Amino acid sequence: MLSAAQLENYIKDGLACDYIKVLGDDGTHFEAVIVSPSFVGKSMVAQHQLVYAALGDKMRAEIHALSMKTYVPSKWQEINQ
Amino acid sequence: MDTQARIKETVTTNNVVLYMKGSPKFPQCGFSNLATQILDACNAKYTAVDVLQDQEIREGIKQYANWPTIPQLYVKGEFVGGSDIMRAMYESGELQTLLAGA
Repeated sequence: MLSAAQLENYIKDGLACDYIKVLGDDGTHFEAVIVSPSFVGKSMVAQHQLVYAALGDKMRAEIHALSMKTYVPSKWQEINQ
Repeated sequence: MDTQARIKETVTTNNVVLYMKGSPKFPQCGFSNLATQILDACNAKYTAVDVLQDQEIREGIKQYANWPTIPQLYVKGEFVGGSDIMRAMYESGELQTLLAGA
């Protein structure tokens, strides 16, 4: 069964992340918060597509549902101040 | 007509299209359910396509917008996003504006 920690590593392998947190313990439904410099200047659609691209075939094969919030580093700092 | 052409026809001849699992009355997935609730909250009129009724569409829609998950929202032929993006745009008011112009 896929764990949140494994999924976190899958994403990190394909995308440079300043911060990432994946939650979910049923093996198919996950929630992620992802902060990446690669998101800068991109639309929300393009940001999510980068994450999907990092996951590649795993997205189709192993993951039923991945809900995500994506942030550029500057926005993330703003939120956490 | 091939699948990609069928999808293109659907999203360009209908102003607001939601590809979802199940129907608005009986959504078969929590994310699809959320998407219909958001559209209802915006008082949007939309065309719902149940991908569970058509395997070719179910797979083809993932390629169409290079987006591997369902639901997917299209407004005037443009891919808007999945349920996470719909929720974020609803919370910021962007979605209401977009749908009001559709």
